[in-house]
Amino acid sequence: MNALLKEIPLNWYIILSTVLFSIGVMGVLFRRNAIIIFMCIEIMLTAVNLLTVAFSVYHNDSAGQVFVFFTMAVAAAEVAVGLAILIVMYRNTKSTDIDVLNRLRG
Amino acid sequence: MMQKYLFIILGLFAVLSALMVVFEKNPVHSVLYLVLTFFAIAGEFVLLNAQFIAIVNVIVYAGAIMVLFLFVIMLLNLNKETEPHKALWMKFGAVVTGGLLLLVLVSTLKVADNAEVNPMNTNIGAIRQLGTVLFGQFLLPFEVSAVLFLAAMVGTVMLSKKDIK
Repeated sequence: MNALLKEIPLNWYIILSTVLFSIGVMGVLFRRNAIIIFMCIEIMLTAVNLLTVAFSVYHNDSAGQVFVFFTMAVAAAEVAVGLAILIVMYRNTKSTDIDVLNRLRG
Repeated sequence: MMQKYLFIILGLFAVLSALMVVFEKNPVHSVLYLVLTFFAIAGEFVLLNAQFIAIVNVIVYAGAIMVLFLFVIMLLNLNKETEPHKALWMKFGAVVTGGLLLLVLVSTLKVADNAEVNPMNTNIGAIRQLGTVLFGQFLLPFEVSAVLFLAAMVGTVMLSKKDIK
């Protein structure tokens, strides 16, 4: 198993998670539907999780994987509260379009 | 050699389905592509020998969070026809911004010095090892995350009430 893990350079994981993170950022800017924007935030969180696990394995430290566990817990709580806010917003404006939500604009 | 091919296949799968999440017009299809992305990333975790994180990823993300997303989309009755779209120049700007961010991050990480790492103890992703660390060194953060969940639960119930006094 040791020799097998060394076959993949750490840089590959860094580049894969960078690409996924950039796709998430692009999606947040690309779409107007607030639910899709939430999904893109989930993609970004998962990209960071992948990077943390890769570093934890390549540096022999279990703490990184425990951090990923906490990140997932926070992400689950965030999605629950965020979707509740979205439903309240839909009840008031009858849409999930974020461009409708410009009342806080100065 | 086999590991490299698996990494490339799973990585391409993850990136392509993440792109489909962004470009798919129907929100339900976006959620399904997001499930595919999470499965591919769980495969990458297995390749890293982090079995526990892989299983938790599938259960929490592909199981719980995606069902929540699907429920909300079907509850709000969103579909292709009601989907709002940005202007073409803003979409173009979003793609250019994402590409530039990717360029900056990759060129920054290219010069980062990470050549000295070598995985020796490949057992750190095992459940026994992770449990020892989680309930020893990180016991207090674990308990605090329970308080976080309680706060999230109370907040969700309060937000979904019809008339908040």
